[in-house]
Amino acid sequence: MKLQEYQSKQIFARYGIPIPKGRIAGTSSEVKLIAEELGGRVVVKSQVLVGGRGKAGGIRLAKTPEEAQEFATAILGMEIKGLPVRKVLVDEAVSITKEFYIGIVNDRVHQMPVLIASGAGGMDIEEVAQKNPEKIIRIHIDPLLGLCDFQMRNAAIGIDLPRGLWKSFIEVIKGLWKAYVDCDATLAEINPLVINSENHLVALDAKVIIDDNSLFRHSDLGDLRDMDSDEPAEIEARKFGVTFIKMNGNIGCMVNGAGLAMATMDILNLFGGEAANFLDIGGGATSEKVAASLKIILSDHKVKSIFINIFGGITRCDEVAKGILLASNDLKIKIPMVVRLIGTNQAEGQQILQNANFTSADTLAQAAQLAVSLAKGKKS
Amino acid sequence: MSILAHKNTKLLVQGITGNEGLFHSQQMFQYKTNIVAGVSPGKGGEWVLDGKIPVFDSVRSAVEMTGADASVIFVPARYCADAIYEAVDADIPLVVCITEGVPVQDMMRVKRFLAHKKTRIIGPNCPGILTPGETKIGIIPGNITFPGNVGVISRSGTLTYEVLYALKQADRGVSTCIGIGGDPIKGVGFVELLEMFEADAQTDQIVMIGEIGGNEEEAAAEYISRYVTKPVVAFIAGVTAPPGKRMGHAGAIIEGKEGTAQEKIKTLEASGIRVAQHPEQIPSLLA
Repeated sequence: MKLQEYQSKQIFARYGIPIPKGRIAGTSSEVKLIAEELGGRVVVKSQVLVGGRGKAGGIRLAKTPEEAQEFATAILGMEIKGLPVRKVLVDEAVSITKEFYIGIVNDRVHQMPVLIASGAGGMDIEEVAQKNPEKIIRIHIDPLLGLCDFQMRNAAIGIDLPRGLWKSFIEVIKGLWKAYVDCDATLAEINPLVINSENHLVALDAKVIIDDNSLFRHSDLGDLRDMDSDEPAEIEARKFGVTFIKMNGNIGCMVNGAGLAMATMDILNLFGGEAANFLDIGGGATSEKVAASLKIILSDHKVKSIFINIFGGITRCDEVAKGILLASNDLKIKIPMVVRLIGTNQAEGQQILQNANFTSADTLAQAAQLAVSLAKGKKS
Repeated sequence: MSILAHKNTKLLVQGITGNEGLFHSQQMFQYKTNIVAGVSPGKGGEWVLDGKIPVFDSVRSAVEMTGADASVIFVPARYCADAIYEAVDADIPLVVCITEGVPVQDMMRVKRFLAHKKTRIIGPNCPGILTPGETKIGIIPGNITFPGNVGVISRSGTLTYEVLYALKQADRGVSTCIGIGGDPIKGVGFVELLEMFEADAQTDQIVMIGEIGGNEEEAAAEYISRYVTKPVVAFIAGVTAPPGKRMGHAGAIIEGKEGTAQEKIKTLEASGIRVAQHPEQIPSLLA
C-alpha cells in the first residue's frame, strides 16, 4: 500500500526527520491561507500516487499567496496519468545547496533490508542505478541487529557529506530505519534529502510503501489507503477477499489460486484470446463469494465470454457450482460461460450444473480454446 | 526414497485446534500421514481426531513426548513468525508453513534467525509437501497423483495441482512434490531442492513451476546447467501479467523490468531446459 507524500512526511516527522513546514489542502482558498501563514514563497505539490508529478506540471513554486492560489486551482483540476488530484501539499519553499537520495527497501535477493544512499539526489534513483551505478552505495542491514552506527557513518562518507552534518544525518537515517520497522514498510525513501541555505538537512519529498500483509497490526495505517489508484472493481473485490486485476481483453476469468489464475490468462493468450481480468477467489471460497466474483467480472461490459477454471483442493467444486447457479439466475447472464471443475467434489459440482446451459471441458487446453472461440462470437 | 518427507516422518501440527488446522489434519490423517501430536497453547491435554492425537501447550513438550521430527504450521499470519521460532527452538529439522499473509519483515527476521540453525523451512504461503503413497504434510490433495519418478517443485498451489493432475492423466507418477510458496521472502528455494532431487535415487526427472517476480528461476537455471544431470522441464506462469501489479501472490510482481516471465523463459531455455507453453504440455516434454 503506497502512502501519499504528505502522509509519509507526517510519519517521518514523528521519527524526528526534519521536513519543511507545510499543510495539506483540498481547495485553492485554503492554499492561499496556508501560503500566507508560511510567508508567501511556497511549493504547491499535487498528492497523487504516480511518479513524474513535476514533469506533468503537478508541482509548482509560487512566489506569493495569490500565485499559490492560482497554481492550486490549476493543479486541483488536473489528472496526472489518469488519477485526479484531490489534494495538494503546501510546503514552505526551501533554498537548496545540495541534494541526496536515501532510502531503505526490502532486498528480495539478499532477503534483508538495504540502505541505499546517493549523492545524486532528486533524480530517479533507478535511472541513476543504470547510468551511474558507482554513484549509489548499498548497505545491507541485519534485521535482528538493526542499523549500526558505523553503517550510518559509512553512508555519510559514501555520499561525501560534509563532516559537520554527520551527526544530524545519522539522526535522519536512524529515524528512517525506525519508521521503516515500526510501519512494516517495504520502502521508506527520502528523495531528495537536501542541505538548505542555513546548512541544515531537510527531507523535501517522502515516499512510504506499507506491506499489505502487515495491516493487521497497523489499523491506523489501513485508513490511509488511496482509493483513486485502484479500479472500483478491484476495491469491490477486496471487500469479498477476492483478488481482482483489470486487464484489456474480453474473456472474463474466475480461478482459484494466483498461479493458476496467471496460467489461465496465459493459456487464453496462447490460443489467440485475451483475458479481461485476473481473478483469484482464494482457497475455500463460498458460493456467495463465487456469485460476487461473477458480478464483478460482468461489471466490465467488454466481456464476451467467461472462463471459470477451478481446481478444487480446499475449494469444493459443488460450492463453486452453487455460486455459479446463484449468480446466473440472479443476473440472468446471457454471456456464454465455459466451466471447468476438477478436484474436490467434482462429480457433485458437475451434477449441480448439468441442467444449466454451460459449456464444460475436461482439459485446460480444450476449455481455453472454447472460451476463446466463444469470445469471438462462434457458437460452442 | 523421496526427499524431505517419507512414511516414517513424525509430524506435529501447530495450530491443530483451529478450523484450517483441524480440517487438514483430518485430511493428512486419512492419507496415513504419521501425525503424532498437535500444539495449541492453552489446550494442552485435549485430544483431537476422535481421541487419536494428543494436544500439547508447547512445541518443546510435544517433541519431548512424541519425538516429532517435522512440523506443519496452520496458525494465523500474526502468530506465524512466533510459531516458526518455537519450532526452530525445539530443533525440529523440517518446518512447513502453510499460512498465507505473513508480513515480509517477520520473514526477514525469521530467515536471519535461521542462518545458524539446523531447521529447514518450507513456505510460508505454500501448499506443503506430498510424497505420494507415503505422507502428506500440508494441503496438496492426495488423490491427484501417485508414486513415481518425477520430482515436482513449485511456487504455486492450485497450479501445482493442475500439473500433478496432468501428469496423472499421462500416467506419470511423482517421487515428491514440494510447494515452496508464493512469498518474496521464504524458506527453502528451488536450488536447494534441485540439489536434493539430483541426489535422490527415486527421482529420474524434475518439473519446476515458476512464476513472475524475483530471480529464483534464473538462479535455478544457472544451477541446473552446472550441477543437475537429470532432465528438467519448466513452466513459468505470468507471460500476460502487467508490470507493477501484484498478481495474487505477494512475490508475483514484475518490478521495473525485473522478474518478467519472458526473461525467465529465455534464461531457462538458454540453459538447455525445456519450457512448456501451458501446464498440460509438461508430460509430453518429459523424458
